[in-house]
Amino acid sequence: MTGTISRRRRLARGVAHRRRLRLGLTLSGPLLWLVVAYIGSLVALLVTSLFHNETSGVATTMVTDPALDNYRTVIETPVYRDVAWRTIQAAVAVTAIDLAIALPVAFFMAKVASPRSRRQLVIAVTMPLWAGYLVKGYAWRAMLNPESGLIRELLGRTPGYGLWGSVVTLSYLWLPYMVIPIYAGLDRLPNSVLEASTDLGGKAWRTFRSIVLPLLVPSIVAGSIFTFSLTLGDFYINRIFGGTTQFIGNNIYSNFGVNLPLAARAAGALEEL
Amino acid sequence: MFVSRGARIALRAFTALVLLVLYFPLLYVMRLSVATSRGFSWPPSGLTLEHWSKATSASGPRAALWNSLTVAFWATLIALVLGSLAAAALARYRFFGRNVVNLMLVLPIALPGIVTGIALNSGFARIGVDLSRTTVAVAHATFCIVIVFNNVGARMRQLSPSLDEASADLGADQLQTFWYVRLPLLATSLLAGGLLAFALSFDEIIVTTFTAAGGFETLPIWIFQNMFRDRSLPLVNVTATFVVLVMVLPVYLAQRLSDVAAGGRT
Repeated sequence: MTGTISRRRRLARGVAHRRRLRLGLTLSGPLLWLVVAYIGSLVALLVTSLFHNETSGVATTMVTDPALDNYRTVIETPVYRDVAWRTIQAAVAVTAIDLAIALPVAFFMAKVASPRSRRQLVIAVTMPLWAGYLVKGYAWRAMLNPESGLIRELLGRTPGYGLWGSVVTLSYLWLPYMVIPIYAGLDRLPNSVLEASTDLGGKAWRTFRSIVLPLLVPSIVAGSIFTFSLTLGDFYINRIFGGTTQFIGNNIYSNFGVNLPLAARAAGALEEL
Repeated sequence: MFVSRGARIALRAFTALVLLVLYFPLLYVMRLSVATSRGFSWPPSGLTLEHWSKATSASGPRAALWNSLTVAFWATLIALVLGSLAAAALARYRFFGRNVVNLMLVLPIALPGIVTGIALNSGFARIGVDLSRTTVAVAHATFCIVIVFNNVGARMRQLSPSLDEASADLGADQLQTFWYVRLPLLATSLLAGGLLAFALSFDEIIVTTFTAAGGFETLPIWIFQNMFRDRSLPLVNVTATFVVLVMVLPVYLAQRLSDVAAGGRT
């Protein structure tokens, strides 16, 4: 009797032990890669942000003596503050434009289109996300050409290159990231809720404003986080539209060759945002 | 429904317009690649394959294509192995720190590319590794893992554990169960994840910028370097069109594969 129990227990322990071993073997590869390559790098970034560059004559060396000077430079230099402020404004503009476009589109997809075409519409909206980030930036450079580009010929005016060119292009690039969460939110919203509002005499606009919009807040926040943070981290689009106005990303990039510690600190600021 | 007929028509028209705008820039670049007119004047005119035939012998895009392909190949391979291992571990076991592992998988793609890029750059610098093709592949693999993980993980959650038990009851050992039962069922999700990882790596530019040695050009970087030179524009149009075409195919296939799997389930 006792013999069977202890044998069973030993067996159970053996099985548990083997489970742990198997888990360890399966997980060690990906875990090792992510910890060493990625988390290690993030730590290295943090450490580098505490170093500073010292120039004597023509030679610049990185001094590996931890100090918070870079943080002070980033906070106290007006240029960095201006750039950060401008980037945030652009990110807000992009988010607002995308929200204004995404709401009606997502509403159509979730509540007006036939259930059969919904899936196709989702695919149609998400497909462009995969196709050529830089190609799209280039295409918009062509379309926004201030002299005789498409937008000028079509609308008679153009935001041209510069900051507004960047904002238009970034809004275009991140639009699907706003449409999909809002669509998902609307899809979860039962039609009966909308019908109840109509039955109680709510007009379409009133129903939208008092019922749909408040229930959509989590989806809108999710979409906005995407469009906002993607704009904050971007710098190629701004390089394509060239010019003097810079984003945080451009600042990181141009410091990158010369002043790695400062670039690291600026990148760290993005991460915290 | 509470939406009036007029509003429905307006919403339909607006959505159609937005979809048109979403695809138009890509079609426009394709049109430019076969136009005889130069520059960005609207409308483009003429029809020629001259730029395409010239592009086949151009050395710049060809070297960049080779770099893009090799980087994407190695990144996809690493992501396939590590992503499916992680998916297997998280689908089958509950353990302490499971959520942390989940977060770590998503982090490289959730943080802006510039943070991932410059972090990996500092990482390589710390351990004294020179930037090369390998460092780019390592960087790309890091953010591709999650794509494979998502695709394979979703499929694994659908697989019933009774399949494994049935296989074991019929006398198969672990390896046989894996090879004859699990792998065939996971095959399409592995392929879909791999294709998407490939597309993601092929399109990446920001992380590449920070992890590539000077002079190492992938296709997106080549396009960027040349788009400000008027003389290079015909070649840029062809290369850009090529990039879109190369990416549409794997993404479309991955979509179809997931569709077939979803259709087979219901």
